[in-house]
Amino acid sequence: MSALLSVEGLRKHFGGVAAVNDCSLEVREGTVTALIGPNGSGKTTAFNLITGYLRADGGLVRFAGRDFPHPDPTRLYRAGLTRTFQQARVFPQLTLLENLTVAISQPWRTLLGRALGREDRERSRELLEEFGLARLADSRAGDLSFGQRKLLEFATVLMGRPRLVLLDEPTAGVNPVMVERIEQHVRDLHARGLTFLIVEHDMNLVMRLCDPVIVLDGGRPIKQGAPAEVQQDPAVLDAYLGS
Amino acid sequence: MSRLTRAGLVRATVVFGALTAFPFVFSAQWVVNIALFTLMYAGLATSWNLLGGYSGYLSLGHAAFFGIGAYAMAIRFTHVGIGAGYKPFLVLPLVGIAVAIVSLPIGWIALRVRAATFAIVTLTLLFVVQQLAFNLHHLTGGSQGLAIPPPTFPASTFDNPFYFAMEGAFALALLICWWVRDSKLGLMLFAIRDDEDRAQGVGVRTTGVKLIAFAVSVGLTGMIGAIWAYYIGFIYPQFAVDPLVTIGAVLMTFLGGKGTLWGPALGAFILVPLQQYLAYKLGASELYLLGYSAVFLVIMLLLPRGIIPSLKDRLARRQAAAGPPGAVTGAVPTPTQGVPA
Amino acid sequence: MHLLIQACILGLLAGGVYALMASGLTLAFGVMKVINVAQGAMIVAGAFLSYTLFTKLHIDPFVSIVLLTPLMFLFGVVLQLVFIRPLRAEEREELSLLVTWALALGIEGLLSVIYKTNYRSTITSYADRSWSVLGYRLSEVRVFAFLLSALIIAGLYGLLTRTEFGRSVRATVQNPTSARLLGVNVERVSAFGFGLSLATATAAGAVFGMIQPFNPGSHYDLISRLLSIIVLGGLGSLGGAIIAALFMGVAEAVFSAEISPTWSSFTFFIVLIAILLLRPQGLFGSTERGAL
Repeated sequence: MSALLSVEGLRKHFGGVAAVNDCSLEVREGTVTALIGPNGSGKTTAFNLITGYLRADGGLVRFAGRDFPHPDPTRLYRAGLTRTFQQARVFPQLTLLENLTVAISQPWRTLLGRALGREDRERSRELLEEFGLARLADSRAGDLSFGQRKLLEFATVLMGRPRLVLLDEPTAGVNPVMVERIEQHVRDLHARGLTFLIVEHDMNLVMRLCDPVIVLDGGRPIKQGAPAEVQQDPAVLDAYLGS
Repeated sequence: MSRLTRAGLVRATVVFGALTAFPFVFSAQWVVNIALFTLMYAGLATSWNLLGGYSGYLSLGHAAFFGIGAYAMAIRFTHVGIGAGYKPFLVLPLVGIAVAIVSLPIGWIALRVRAATFAIVTLTLLFVVQQLAFNLHHLTGGSQGLAIPPPTFPASTFDNPFYFAMEGAFALALLICWWVRDSKLGLMLFAIRDDEDRAQGVGVRTTGVKLIAFAVSVGLTGMIGAIWAYYIGFIYPQFAVDPLVTIGAVLMTFLGGKGTLWGPALGAFILVPLQQYLAYKLGASELYLLGYSAVFLVIMLLLPRGIIPSLKDRLARRQAAAGPPGAVTGAVPTPTQGVPA
Repeated sequence: MHLLIQACILGLLAGGVYALMASGLTLAFGVMKVINVAQGAMIVAGAFLSYTLFTKLHIDPFVSIVLLTPLMFLFGVVLQLVFIRPLRAEEREELSLLVTWALALGIEGLLSVIYKTNYRSTITSYADRSWSVLGYRLSEVRVFAFLLSALIIAGLYGLLTRTEFGRSVRATVQNPTSARLLGVNVERVSAFGFGLSLATATAAGAVFGMIQPFNPGSHYDLISRLLSIIVLGGLGSLGGAIIAALFMGVAEAVFSAEISPTWSSFTFFIVLIAILLLRPQGLFGSTERGAL
């Protein structure tokens, strides 16, 4: 299994604080890798740096064999790397169908064509069915509950046929039934060949679902390995319980 | 190609039928003059809305392109000569396209940043263009202005050809907005308006999309400026590139409903006659500014979403209250803003 | 060479005043994410007020600043409460642009009604005096203006770094949500921030009135320059605004001396374009997506 995503020496300072400090990690293809760490360890910052939502002070991102010296969300999406947000960002004034259709990469010549062509509708509906949102297809995304938004956001990023999906706290703020649904979707998609990098706080979920687990502390990885290993590691326990 | 509803078609036919018949029914030239300016602003507001309402990028300097179009027309007359009478009207589409093309580099630079900085850049552009108009006197006549030889239309119906030209421009703007609204381009613009970062994150080429909206919006504005120049016959920098033109168009768009199809035109149909009436009564331009400012502030604070969305909301609420609860999430659907009309 | 250095000196002195004008503008953006297009008009209003105090009551413009600034601070707070606070948070950035533009027009209209459109100038007894230092002319008024600006900016800096209020302001600029969580009354900070903005504008206006002729329409020219300055410095950065202002002042003066006075106001636009091409976040702006 090769490294689908590899990050080297990523750095980011805010004022005098190093949020991400010489962070290097790898995500191998076909895995569901977890990124965990205590609060303030730099997980979300790392995510933002990798996906281009924040400009790094230094370091390199390599995805699918290509170098991205200045990661850019649009180019990464088209290359097959996509992410979701903690707050479940959707397009509130667009309908669910429209939310999904927007995420389909369009060549320039289709720009003046219909917003929702037949193919687009079919693909979008399929995905909505899979996520159990089909009956809300024509409702506004802004009217959805938080859990439904998370599902919608998850579905949306799949429209670009990605190879790697970065999930930012996918189960934060949702009820246990929804957590199960999301977990099931991750398993299904993983079985179909999708790679995941997940930032999570729910340790039970991480232990069940992910392997390997990367632990971040002080802006860099301090341990990487199988869930059981990581759970016992004294350095990891220290990071969570100490300071 | 887009969703052409019967209601929409009827609406358009009625409105444009009435507009076309207007100068024959009310043939007094001073009335046609007011109607002409109403249509001019309807066109300007609708064009502005294509960028401002659909993508959320408020251009504060659209008047700059109005002026460029006006000067383009005047300069062609002065330095090249197009012929008189109706021929100049044929040049209009060229002027529009030329302005659109010229705006591309500016647009590309201005659109690489976010909406706040974009507004600043367009505002600065306005003053720069005005300065250019003053300074390049070999080309623009500087503060002396430029003259366009008036066409020899009969005095009793002199305004009419210009009226129809303005109607044509307005119709074109409306047509383009309607088409875009139901196209992929429109979908992307709305997504950008909702959450630009997210749009980029799902692969939308935001700069290109915004640039297209910008160029079209600006091209239409330039075309209208050219018609205005030909009508007025004598253009000065401070009137051709006048911030009040932008403010007027923006105000009307907000009044009618930013982001809707007919909203900007509605705003124009209400405000322009009102404006002309006030100008007639108050005369003095100083009070005029105060009046404009007051109307603007009142609208911003009391009716920020505009007439059409507010009406739609009221209608939706009444329907929801009357019928069974909506099937969305088991709760009554909450009205959201900026529904494309 | 002599001309060039003279231009640089003049530019530096002018830059100091620009810095004072721009500081209020960038502060308003930092605290409320509001672009106060009316800043230019407020400066012009300040110029007219001190002009009136000078011509009617013979109060020296520098003295008038002491009288006017507290009043204008309060007025600024009121303006914020009436016109900006009612705007909903999501729309605030976009609507504030239009609301403040409307305010600017209103101020211009009001001033036009009261003062008509003739150009005025606050000409004090020492207006024409200048010192000669090493063969270079230093106009007294401009030097005093620079010193005053420096003084007020220093005061502003002190306020921001050493007082409780200042800390609240800086917290709000960095992250309003966190600031709120830490107990900062963001609404009050916003109101006071706007008041400060108006107060500094008035002081700058009094000074501006002594340096060049002005009429109600002068605010357009001013605001376009100030906006370029804060974009160059980075929206929200006080230090950036100061450096940018000094730079622009010198650039404009040099351009005017070496190339052409008529086109000197173009320096602002040229620099704006250059910055947008090379470093859109400005000298000290934030590099986060969606932060501009």
